[in-house]
Amino acid sequence: MTMLELKAVNKFFNGWQAVADVDLQVAAGELAVLIGTSGSGKSTTLKMINRLIEPDSGSIRLAGEDIRSQPPEVLRRRIGYAIQSVGLFPHWTVEQNIAAVPALLKWPKARIRERVVELLELLHLPAAQYLSRYPHQLSGGQQQRVGVARALAADPEVLLMDEPFGALDPVTRGTLQQELLRIQALSGKTIVLVTHDIDEALLLGQHIVLMDKGRVVQQGRARDFLLHPANAFVRDFVGQSDVGVRLLGLDTVASRMRPQQQASGEPIAASATLREALSAFVARRVSSLPVIDAQGRPAGVLHFADLLPVAT
Amino acid sequence: MRPAPRSSALWLSSGLLLALLYLLPHSAGLFAWLFPEVERPLYTQDSFASLVLAHLLLVLASSLIAVLGGVTAGLLVSRPAGREFRPLLDSVLAISQALPPVAVLAIAAPLIGFGEWPALIALVLYGLLPVTQGTLAGLASVPDSVLDVARGLGMGRWRILWQVELPLAAPVLLAGVRTSVVINIGTAAIASTVGARTLGLPIIVGLSGFNTAYVLQGALLVALLAIVADQCFDWLARRLSPHVGAEH
Repeated sequence: MTMLELKAVNKFFNGWQAVADVDLQVAAGELAVLIGTSGSGKSTTLKMINRLIEPDSGSIRLAGEDIRSQPPEVLRRRIGYAIQSVGLFPHWTVEQNIAAVPALLKWPKARIRERVVELLELLHLPAAQYLSRYPHQLSGGQQQRVGVARALAADPEVLLMDEPFGALDPVTRGTLQQELLRIQALSGKTIVLVTHDIDEALLLGQHIVLMDKGRVVQQGRARDFLLHPANAFVRDFVGQSDVGVRLLGLDTVASRMRPQQQASGEPIAASATLREALSAFVARRVSSLPVIDAQGRPAGVLHFADLLPVAT
Repeated sequence: MRPAPRSSALWLSSGLLLALLYLLPHSAGLFAWLFPEVERPLYTQDSFASLVLAHLLLVLASSLIAVLGGVTAGLLVSRPAGREFRPLLDSVLAISQALPPVAVLAIAAPLIGFGEWPALIALVLYGLLPVTQGTLAGLASVPDSVLDVARGLGMGRWRILWQVELPLAAPVLLAGVRTSVVINIGTAAIASTVGARTLGLPIIVGLSGFNTAYVLQGALLVALLAIVADQCFDWLARRLSPHVGAEH
């Protein structure tokens, strides 16, 4: 089922075309990534979905319904929204911040409290400790967790995220990316995420949309971008010299290992990517690695040669 | 836990003001000793308490009008619809501030007569600028990201104004009101030149009659009143912003 559909969407700012003829479909439960350089129109496209920016022409449908069929405030309460600078209300506690949309929707107090606690636990912030804190008492990573919790609070149909992890240090960013994948797998939310980071796009995006000068240059799966770039711009953007390594990043050890075999040595997790495996091969100077599953039991062996896919 | 707001300065200054009000009527001897050349060392035409009250009423009335007008003007020109009036407002306020209060009184008195009214007009004109500037600076200090999210979450314009913009602008806005009121407490004294009953009365009578004791008595009370008002705002400002806590 298509959750979100943009058709021939155009937007001009003072005669300059920010978004040009954008066609886009996001299936329900899909994590779509809009990627591009600054000024490519990706953020503008995102903001047209919750009507923070009104398109000049074209149509946008949410769950089959034209988004102009209801007042913007009502529409926005159905759509989660998280941004790079987080934008927590500094004069409200963590609880009040997360409760913002449920409060607008006039949920009963007990239900709001229950939901806030549930979300804090989901984002690994112990409720007892964080409910009554103010934003300035949180680290950047914790603030963005609260920002994501706030966006998810009223169980929105779609979650829009505008470079949500852009301002975080690499370690915190990595953790939050994994958590987003976990939350998405858990909740099956439709998510549209904007980023300029190709690795973030390849890691998170089930459907990737590359934009340049307001136009969609290519859209599809991560693998298509790496193996079949539409043109030189795409090839440059995905980083010509790193294509091989990035391809390895798309597959897990489990998909290439030989399950019947056993080997000794320091093991690698079956859920690790082949990119991590490559790094382990080189760093440990070995040509085969024992693989363990999530429970720590031996699951097989990965040989260096297995990194090369079987010709198809 | 955040420490309770310190209010010792407020208690000290208001205690001092009350003590002065109580002691001044009994201080003829002291002033006679301080200023032996003066014939009548203690201002007795009005009670000091009634002058303080009249002074406060005039400041309160003018500040109330200035705050209502200044905040409204600040809000109007910071909305998209009123943005084009911003330069006009800026120049009107600059002009009103450039006129010395005595000049405003001198123009107003012949037009509307002597008494409290020309004083009120001059004080309102004087109080407007800091309040408007505080409102504009306060609203400008609200981070764009916060407004962006407020809209993105589905808050309406009025809700954003009441629940986000004004509370976040409040500390800076209040600083503008504080400046306005404290300036007006001082300026109100001058209003006695056009016949308004304020603490400026002993000062002006004293100045025209070469009675330094009168001047000192009036000036002491005006100064203390300004300090008490300033401390009140200090206390209020700390009560108002619990979210800018110990870490900053």
